[in-house]
Amino acid sequence: MSPLILILLLPFLSFVISGLWGRKYLKNLAGILSTTTVLASFVISVTTAYRYFFVDGKVAGKFVAQYPVDFKWLEFTPDLSIHLGILIDPISVMMLLVVTFISLMVHIYSLGYMKGEERYATYYSFLSLFTFSMLGLVVATNIFQTYIFWELVGVSSFLLIGFYYSKPSAVAASKKAFIVTRFADLGFLAGILILSYYSGSLEFKDIIARYTDSSSPHLQAAISSSFLGVSALSWGLVLVFIGGAGKSAMFPLHVWLPDAMEGPTPVSALIHAATMVVAGVYLVARLFPVYAISCPAALHVVAVVGVFSSAFAALIACTQTDIKRVLAYSTMSQIGFMMFALGVSGYGGEAGLGYMASMFHLFTHAIFKALLFLCAGTVIHFVHSNEIKDMGGLKKSLPITHIAFLLACLAISGIPPFSGFFSKEEILTAAYHHDKLIFWVAVVTAGLTSFYMFRLFFSIFYRGEENTHAQSHHGEGTSSMLAPQIILAFGSVLAGLIPFGKFVTSDGVGLEAHTDWNFSLLPIALSSTGILFAIYFFMKDNDKAEVLASKFGSVYISLKRKLYIDEIYEFVTKRIIFNLIAQPAAWFDKNIVDGFINTIGKATQVFSLTTSVWQSGKVQAYSAWLLAGTLVVLIMCLYYLQLL
Amino acid sequence: MDLILMMKNELMLVFIIVILLVMKVADNGRSSGYWIGVINVLLIVNCIIDWLPVSEGELFGGVYKSYALGNFGKSLLSTGTLLISLFSTDWLKRCQHIAEFYLLMISTLLGMFFMISSGNLLMFYLSLELSTIPLAAMCNFGLTERKSGEAAMKLILSSAFSSCLMLMGISFLYGASGTINFEVLSIIVQETPLYIMGFVLLFVGVAFKLSVVPFHLWTADVYEGAPVPVTAFLSVISKSAMIIVFSFLLYHVFGSLYNSWYLLLYVLSIVTMITGNVFAIRQENMKRFLAFSSITQMGYILVGISGSSAEGVTSSVYFIVVYLFSNIAAFGVISQIAEKSGKETISSYKGLAKHNPFLAWTMAIALFSLAGIPPTAGFFGKIFLLKAGASKGDLFLITIAALNMIVALYYYLRVIRAMFMDENEDSIPVLHSGAPLKVALAICLIGILITGFSGPVYEYIFTLSNGI
Repeated sequence: MSPLILILLLPFLSFVISGLWGRKYLKNLAGILSTTTVLASFVISVTTAYRYFFVDGKVAGKFVAQYPVDFKWLEFTPDLSIHLGILIDPISVMMLLVVTFISLMVHIYSLGYMKGEERYATYYSFLSLFTFSMLGLVVATNIFQTYIFWELVGVSSFLLIGFYYSKPSAVAASKKAFIVTRFADLGFLAGILILSYYSGSLEFKDIIARYTDSSSPHLQAAISSSFLGVSALSWGLVLVFIGGAGKSAMFPLHVWLPDAMEGPTPVSALIHAATMVVAGVYLVARLFPVYAISCPAALHVVAVVGVFSSAFAALIACTQTDIKRVLAYSTMSQIGFMMFALGVSGYGGEAGLGYMASMFHLFTHAIFKALLFLCAGTVIHFVHSNEIKDMGGLKKSLPITHIAFLLACLAISGIPPFSGFFSKEEILTAAYHHDKLIFWVAVVTAGLTSFYMFRLFFSIFYRGEENTHAQSHHGEGTSSMLAPQIILAFGSVLAGLIPFGKFVTSDGVGLEAHTDWNFSLLPIALSSTGILFAIYFFMKDNDKAEVLASKFGSVYISLKRKLYIDEIYEFVTKRIIFNLIAQPAAWFDKNIVDGFINTIGKATQVFSLTTSVWQSGKVQAYSAWLLAGTLVVLIMCLYYLQLL
Repeated sequence: MDLILMMKNELMLVFIIVILLVMKVADNGRSSGYWIGVINVLLIVNCIIDWLPVSEGELFGGVYKSYALGNFGKSLLSTGTLLISLFSTDWLKRCQHIAEFYLLMISTLLGMFFMISSGNLLMFYLSLELSTIPLAAMCNFGLTERKSGEAAMKLILSSAFSSCLMLMGISFLYGASGTINFEVLSIIVQETPLYIMGFVLLFVGVAFKLSVVPFHLWTADVYEGAPVPVTAFLSVISKSAMIIVFSFLLYHVFGSLYNSWYLLLYVLSIVTMITGNVFAIRQENMKRFLAFSSITQMGYILVGISGSSAEGVTSSVYFIVVYLFSNIAAFGVISQIAEKSGKETISSYKGLAKHNPFLAWTMAIALFSLAGIPPTAGFFGKIFLLKAGASKGDLFLITIAALNMIVALYYYLRVIRAMFMDENEDSIPVLHSGAPLKVALAICLIGILITGFSGPVYEYIFTLSNGI
């Protein structure tokens, strides 16, 4: 057994221990225990990454996949079995680093943030469960293992969103998140079945090999059989993408993400910003060769959905007043960037720039978005409110958070030399070379990003006076809350300097990415304009913003109401589905199905009452029945054999 | 030497019987605990000896046969008897005639062993009686209760009647073929009216013992009246022995009458499953409830036996293993509760889990296994039965069986619901169970889980039944 399995087992162990005995015996030790196990996982991940990237990952100048653990779990037929294993390749190693690192930061942060919480140990056991599931998802060697951990991630997300289960809104949000993503997972499952049916395997390596080789019979079969005029391969890939879109909050399956902010803020940082929500991106990246080589149409769907979600979310983010919701929409927008970056990418060489950029953005985004959420957590902790109108002028009270938040905002806005600049830059380059329309939408969205982020920044830390009676006595929080913010702030500044293209590319061969400053000028200019607008409107206490909003009137209001997507969903579910499908189904169930069962029940009773004449208790009668039965059986037998 | 080696199982039982007789004669007021201790030690020794391998072959000119599947069956029966003996400790202590009880029980077991190994019709008939008559006496062991005596009378009269029919069948067979030897008979038997008649009568005799509908009427009354350990013995040990004999007879001796017994199994299994279920739903008394549920289980076994030979036999013997563990566990709990609190109805089980979690959980797992819910062994047992039944390609029978399994879920879950979910002011107080009971239940639980999870058990039985 490879020691890599420990990366998974340690968080699982911590989940079991703090889940079973945490509340009774461990109490505050549960936090230390979980944090230690995640630390250990992180250390193993780092050594793995070092070994893979610098020592033994390359074969002939190309990174190849390794399978340190591959355990045959269920064998249906000699050809078809389900494995559980660990797959090590550039993206899984990168994700291992991201997940364990962010998880570690959030674990440490929570030591302070969740202090005094009654269900402290439960919280940590859920966090450990999530870390375990996410890691299992990342290292999955086959699509079925992905699916298992995919659902586990969904469950732990459900548990954590609904952590404050006495709050009705939290319960509703957790249900919403679970149902919406489950709905998308239905697509995922169908996609898995289609893909594995035609490829005859569940293993990623087989699926990719069989679908990318144009002479393979599997590929021919999957292309030639079609449904509604679309080939089976496209169906499979699009359905898998729908699953990914559900988890990654792509339009129109994004409705759960803003509500998911009901969970504790560190949870939002870990699950709903840095790790789980990028699972969809990861999934597409995992199957990327199939998308890129054999089915560009499906990839185009990814690109369009990605860029649309990105612009859509950015617009809504400009109008939201709940600090965490703004961040949620910005997350959605940034994931949209990653998605369309994959969508505009080709396979291999320079054409694979989009793939590399997408993974790079995933990496940098995880860091600065986690930082934004942790800062938001500190602010909320301080003012006990999520609304930006309750904040303002916090620069003096929260100096460290102020700096950290500023750095993260600069990073997400794509201002050089902060990390977001590099990754976004490459995404835009890839889009420019592929599709001009996508490029222009993306550039404008990038400008909007800086506008709404700095709107948030100024509204929290500058505008107006500090609301003195709302502030609490505990200042900026414990050192365990500050340390992760400082570490992540360094990360947000420096992560962009990593020569990412050397490590993670679509085909495993290193890629030299060069920044073309002439090209970069436009995005930087737009982002800076966004910041300037934000300064103009929100730096000082004034009513310019309200005036502007009233000028736009209905547009502003519909944006603020999130373009009525929730209302549309409600209309569809409550009016259409309930009235047209659910109620007839309920009627059918009540009257026909239940009626049928009841009739059977009644018939059974009548039957057993009449036959209970048999069970009279008289031995003579029993013997008579015995004889009668014998004769009947005998005659039946003879008659059947035509001897009578 | 062959004699001792091949008949070691039977000789061991005879030896125990002799020891008990001597001890009883020389008895000078030993305590019941002493008796129970000695006997259980003997039974454990017996059980260990039974599991040792036995050579195969024939004795006394073919009257006695030793074959792999039969020997496996014998070991299983010894184990079951030991488990029943362990869980009935409390009841026995109250009972005045421990030595007699065990003498009867072991005689019955001896009868079953001979029946499994019988090589001709005469031996078969004699051992069948040896396994029935002491059983009727055992039913009467609730000495102070009227019901118990009634049960004994009903059993002895009904089985006397079925023996009559069977003897008639045996005479027909003998008259037609001129032989009572199974080997010879299996070659001679043909599809002529006389043979069919003889065979059907013999079949009815066995079906009576298996409580196959419509020959089942004695079952519920006897089960209810007899003391719980006896009921357990009747429904588990006696039935298991009969199943082994039954599959031996059908496949080995009357293989050429395949068409007629396939029809019989087909029709009777459907009737049995449905009737068993319909009655089980209505029962309030736990013992009657298990009686009817065991009738249904017999119906499933018939479905399995009707499949093609090796698979059919394997699946039914595998099911017996499962059935034995599950039912003994259920009866163990029932006997403990009946003994300590005198309650036997389902409604009095309400809220059992509150004060007696171990008993309730054991019962629940046993019922889950009987209902066939994964991952208990019962699930796999039923899957294999259905698979064997389906090997003939007749999906109607399988569909009926599957539907019945669903209906059966209802009444098994009813008991579980009563134990775990229903509130009861007057629930059964904490019962202190003795160590033997706990050991017996624990062995059953392990059996239920292990048999389900380990493929080797099924494969082992499969290799054994290839010989048949």
